[in-house]
Amino acid sequence: MAVLRPALANGRTLSDEERKYFLVRRAKTILTHSVLIIFGITFMLPFVWMVSSSLKPNVDIFELPVRLIPKTYRLENYVDATNAIPFWQYLWNSTYYTVFATIGSVLSNTFIAYGFSRVRWRGRNVLFIIVIATMMLPFQVRMIPLYVLFAKLGWLNSFLPLIVPNFFGNAFYIFLMRQFMMTLPRELDDAARIDGASEWGIFWRIAVPLSKPAILTVAIFEIIHTWHDFVGPLVYLRHPTKYTLSIGLRLYFTQYGAEWGLLMAAAAMFTIPMVIFFFFAQRSFIEGITLTGLKG
Amino acid sequence: MFKLKRNPASQPNSWRTDNLPAWGLFFVMPWIIGFLAFTVYPFFASLYFSFTNFNIINFSPRWVGLDNYVELFTYDPLFWISIGNSIKYAALLLVFATVFDIFIAYLLSLNVKFLSIYRTVFFFPVLVPVVAASLTWIWILNPRFGLINGLLDLIGVKGPNWLASPDTAMLSLIFIAVWGSGRQVIVYLSGFNDIPRSLYEAADIDGASGLQKFRRITLPLLTPQIFFNVVTLIIFSLQSFSEVYIMTGGGPANSTLLYAVNLYNRAFHDFAMGYASALAWIMFLLILGLTLIIFKFLSGKVIYER
Repeated sequence: MAVLRPALANGRTLSDEERKYFLVRRAKTILTHSVLIIFGITFMLPFVWMVSSSLKPNVDIFELPVRLIPKTYRLENYVDATNAIPFWQYLWNSTYYTVFATIGSVLSNTFIAYGFSRVRWRGRNVLFIIVIATMMLPFQVRMIPLYVLFAKLGWLNSFLPLIVPNFFGNAFYIFLMRQFMMTLPRELDDAARIDGASEWGIFWRIAVPLSKPAILTVAIFEIIHTWHDFVGPLVYLRHPTKYTLSIGLRLYFTQYGAEWGLLMAAAAMFTIPMVIFFFFAQRSFIEGITLTGLKG
Repeated sequence: MFKLKRNPASQPNSWRTDNLPAWGLFFVMPWIIGFLAFTVYPFFASLYFSFTNFNIINFSPRWVGLDNYVELFTYDPLFWISIGNSIKYAALLLVFATVFDIFIAYLLSLNVKFLSIYRTVFFFPVLVPVVAASLTWIWILNPRFGLINGLLDLIGVKGPNWLASPDTAMLSLIFIAVWGSGRQVIVYLSGFNDIPRSLYEAADIDGASGLQKFRRITLPLLTPQIFFNVVTLIIFSLQSFSEVYIMTGGGPANSTLLYAVNLYNRAFHDFAMGYASALAWIMFLLILGLTLIIFKFLSGKVIYER
């Protein structure tokens, strides 16, 4: 870098004091990047180690000194992992659960949030406070009675206990979408009303199209949540044909704990859909998190 | 955080006759049904179960009065162990995650180049499914061939048996949780970016030091984000289950037996559903109490107006 003594436009060289200022600023930038890079590498190491192990033949897995870059590559780990466990079955189950849970969340929460934000009615704010209060209730309090309820309905070992409640709203998503819908200009509703639109028409033609960012955020959160979900399937799905990737992978680990090459290959295949998804929806992701943390 | 927005158009005098509760109730009806079926019913049912001896096999709750609560407070050593562990876990995680996430978000807010790459890196652990992440960490922390002890081996240090030793298991879990706290970095970053630059410029003119600027400008204006993150982190970390259940199962020697892990074991391994319901209610009251205390002491300190 040749700008240690930069000349200004008028040809004057910098005074020592000005030079010192620029040097300090540059030093700060370098320091900031160094700290971020060191922590950044540390943060990515687990993923690097996952991928690296997934490519190693078993003899190289248990080898010292450790290598981040495999000595020999064994791509067959990925094929073997899909055979060692019913991988495609688990993948299908995870996908099924994710798709229907997300559909339920998007439909119900958009609908409910509209009633809590765009329609004016007595008792609305009281009810909304109750919605917020339910967030304080730990899952564990509801876990046992719900298990009993779904057992009596004969829903155990099916995806119904995991999917059906999603069609009835979720406090966190209602809160998020309501906050968003409150910011939409009310004049649009009034104009539509003058044109003779019904409340349903306003919801469907105006609120839903304008709320796309919030709907997208809810969809993203729900996709991540269900894809990751471990407790739900652990409680309700006891039959191997119903296992999701979460449950199946853990089961394989408890049975064949030392097969790290295959386990890491399966873990990588479990993770990659989320990574691809993130790169497509990155902006909505970040905006969604900001939205939840700030508004209100 | 949960303050209701007052929309000028929704003042009482603007209630419209054509907008009686019918339409509002129509839209929130799914929530009301779900609330009754999946929240109100379980809420009271679990309270009732907590006074019974309830076996999952025959579904017949037998009233035992306060027995479960008496046993829990006086006989059951695991209850106190798990409460202690959960408080330790939540408290340490709160301190480490808050300090670290604010630090990283601060660095990211300095107009650094490649911001979106860094941001992705720190957010990345959130994308890894909890089972995939937990299995990877078990392998990373493998006492002999894992990445960490393997690297320590290179410099001739014999690393500890991270997850299998009572001295290090809890700390390992806490650091793994900090690794996964990227959501908070994003929230803090948005808070930093919302602070008007002009305040810093004014402080510069007055000759304020970096530390003064941080204490007098940055920290006060970051309180909404801190408040939000602290509340959610406490509520969620006291309910932490999956990572710990997968990685240590509560061991070794119950050193990482968190409250939720103990509760799950009671309910679904021992099938002591009544007892587990009593545990759940104590947990609920604990979280409720803590949340109220936090709201009382912290919400007054939050600065919303800018």
